[in-house]
Amino acid sequence: MNPPRALVGTARLLRFTWAERMVHRTTAALMLVCIVTAAILYNGNLAIRFGHRHLIELVHVYCGLALPVPMLLGLLSHAYRADLSRLNRFTRSDWRWLRRRTRRDAASAVGKFNAGQKVNAWLSCGAILVLLGTGVIMFFVDLAPLAWRTGATFVHDWFALGVGLLVLGHIYKASRDAEARRGMRRGTVDARWAAAEHPAWAADDPAGSARAEPAHGVDPADEQ
Amino acid sequence: MRRAHPRGVSDEQRPSGSPVGRRVILGLLGLGAVGVVTGRAVESGLEKVLGPIEVRDPTGLIALLPAGDSFRFYSVTGAVRHADPATYRLSVSGLVDRPRAYSLADLNALPQVSLTRDFHCVTGWQVLQVPWQGVRLADLIDRAGPQRTATAVRFHSFDGTYTESLTLAQARRDDVIVALQMQGGPITHNHGGPVRMYVAPMYGYKSTKWLSGIELTAEVEPGYWEHRGYPVDGWIGR
Repeated sequence: MNPPRALVGTARLLRFTWAERMVHRTTAALMLVCIVTAAILYNGNLAIRFGHRHLIELVHVYCGLALPVPMLLGLLSHAYRADLSRLNRFTRSDWRWLRRRTRRDAASAVGKFNAGQKVNAWLSCGAILVLLGTGVIMFFVDLAPLAWRTGATFVHDWFALGVGLLVLGHIYKASRDAEARRGMRRGTVDARWAAAEHPAWAADDPAGSARAEPAHGVDPADEQ
Repeated sequence: MRRAHPRGVSDEQRPSGSPVGRRVILGLLGLGAVGVVTGRAVESGLEKVLGPIEVRDPTGLIALLPAGDSFRFYSVTGAVRHADPATYRLSVSGLVDRPRAYSLADLNALPQVSLTRDFHCVTGWQVLQVPWQGVRLADLIDRAGPQRTATAVRFHSFDGTYTESLTLAQARRDDVIVALQMQGGPITHNHGGPVRMYVAPMYGYKSTKWLSGIELTAEVEPGYWEHRGYPVDGWIGR
């Protein structure tokens, strides 16, 4: 069942369902373990201080292999798939939003995700898949010739650097918006915050969703 | 992703805009694949560009970039004690007639050989043209007088855990040395000093760091990483 997007009688809108929050939480935990272990494996001083290369490598590899699993499980959730569809699509106003310095001029068209969030989602997803593939080549040394393992190491290093910067930027942006964090932690956001940050999403008559009326022609057979 | 749920995307009415997300993800996958195949060449080009800048970089930030051509430091135990060069001993023992413990001075007094080779890790990273210097392992073996039953050499590390092995024939190659210097100076602790193996024709895991003992044995005993899946014969390129 898909819970209603807005809670009736409150000024809070449902932004992320339980399934989506779990995907985010487990992905975040796995990603953080990957980053910490990566730092130990990569930095010479840390590597010598912590030692235990094989153990740290195994933790890194298993967390890395597990990284896409929450996202794949998320596909079982209707809300998650709907958000993927939102993230996938880029409109003319998204381009405008990215170009505008203040972001305000084009803000009225911002839906559930702004253009920056969309770009972050694509880059994170693509980079995680590249890191997974190159990591597999490096770990299972019989899979590919040495030259490819060298190339895989090279790609893995640079994409890891990129993902590290993405995660830092993601945490920085979250640190500046308590309501956005609350939305990801508890699922609901203040309606006024939604109207300011994601007006097109907020204006989409959450009360209508709460009443669960087929305002946009919901086919019951299509419900989960 | 494509079959958007009407209500799910209701705030955008219908899936409007282009599926840029999918294109970016596929593009990144393509870039990654090209990088795997061409990375070795790209890396050496990048190293030529960044190398000279890195030397003059006052912030040290460029050294943090994965520009390639730098060692990664592997240690399989907790903190490894630092060996005092004055009291360091390398034992040659096992199936030999004349077991012996060499001090660093003893090793330095033996005939030295130099070789400059590429260092390859089995996982793929590499450092090109590393100069090494030390004593040929064959010389130490000959001095010890191997017994007829000895067919292999086992290496011990003073980290207390790491071991490696070579067949006696492999150990007698000219490009297998007990290294005392690398890159023009004494071998630092992080590189496995004061004394480490350097088995030039094989992957890095065959070159035991923090070398403490050379033991002649009746057969090859798989070493630390070989118990964890790497081939016993670690020839580079295979």
